[in-house]
Amino acid sequence: MIELRDVTVRFGSTVAVDDVRLDLPTGKIYGLLGRNGSGKTSLLSALASYRRPTAGTVRFDGVDAFENPAVMRHTCFIRDTLDVSDSERVRAVLRVAGWMRPGWDADYAARLADLFELDPSKRVSALSRGRRSALGVVLGLASRAPLTILDETYLGMDAVARADFYRELLADYLAHPRTIILSTHLIEEVADLLERVVILDRGRVLLHAEADELRGRGIKVTGPDTVVADFAAGHHVLAEQSLGGVRAVTLDWRPAPDDVARGEAAGLTFGPVGIQDLFVHLTSPSQRLEALR
Amino acid sequence: MFDDRSPIYLQIADGIKNDVLSGALKEDEQVMSTNQYAAFYRINPATAAKGFAQLVDEGVLYKKRGIGMFVSPDARDKLRAARRERFFTEVVDPMLAEAKRVGIGVDEIVRHLGGAR
Repeated sequence: MIELRDVTVRFGSTVAVDDVRLDLPTGKIYGLLGRNGSGKTSLLSALASYRRPTAGTVRFDGVDAFENPAVMRHTCFIRDTLDVSDSERVRAVLRVAGWMRPGWDADYAARLADLFELDPSKRVSALSRGRRSALGVVLGLASRAPLTILDETYLGMDAVARADFYRELLADYLAHPRTIILSTHLIEEVADLLERVVILDRGRVLLHAEADELRGRGIKVTGPDTVVADFAAGHHVLAEQSLGGVRAVTLDWRPAPDDVARGEAAGLTFGPVGIQDLFVHLTSPSQRLEALR
Repeated sequence: MFDDRSPIYLQIADGIKNDVLSGALKEDEQVMSTNQYAAFYRINPATAAKGFAQLVDEGVLYKKRGIGMFVSPDARDKLRAARRERFFTEVVDPMLAEAKRVGIGVDEIVRHLGGAR
């Protein structure tokens, strides 16, 4: 279990992570979702013990993680900077990772490098944005670290490379189960791979839930103004639109089949709300409405 | 394969039930392991496991320790009975409601169904 207790990360007067409390059972794939500037990287840096939180603690199986060599050795944090020297060649970067990482699989690293067409003789500084990200994926997956954190690692990778990345991630997780945390805002692409989702909004945990439970959690209801208002009464409204006498509302509610049948009989139509839509509605300030008036 | 209308684990359970009903999965036949299923459909194994657990709870599948999961011998009959019970409330009643909305009478429906005999 990874336990974050009252974790706050502050930069001067800016609060990047605000009093976060999270319990993350190990051995699962997590998605950390949040808009730009929501505090994802700051939270992950604290989680990976790369940064001491301004306040609060991070514990692994009850042990304080910060500056703890045993925890550090079992944590692999892949962030934008990659934490490698730009003047090194890819081959050397992978060799060094092999010395530092107890679980390193050199054959697997070579296969992945091949898959992503990473030229081992190239210097890191000469890699394109997408290849640089691919190097991060190779370092992250081949480390087989019990806690693997990939912070927006897909940036710059094209659709084909991302698909390869997701496939490899799942296949390697199935063969070597471990805790993997992916931060992303390309939710739709990874939603099926995730077991749990943490949504961060302005430094706070907005939601921590099973990813699959979010499917069908919301519903979009369209129909005559007054009928929609009646149906939506008492339920949390995530978004609404009106045109003429027609109103469409997105509700944070999973109606029973009977409710849907009753609504349809009254002239309403229903549509699904995907995880991506739910995320947009939950984190969009213009859409925060407490109740339908 | 899967959509956003409901949790994937329920869609997995429904898919396997349909395979049992259609006879694509026979009684006492072994189904894919959760890991095989997860790799094939590119989903989290916990999601697949939840779908299978649901089917075990409902008696559609049974477990053989250390070997895998199999289709229960009476699964097809039980599923058919349940679906037949729901047929009128879930299929016929909504059809009648739609017929009423657009002004189609029961006699007209019966004439149409007569043609399908």
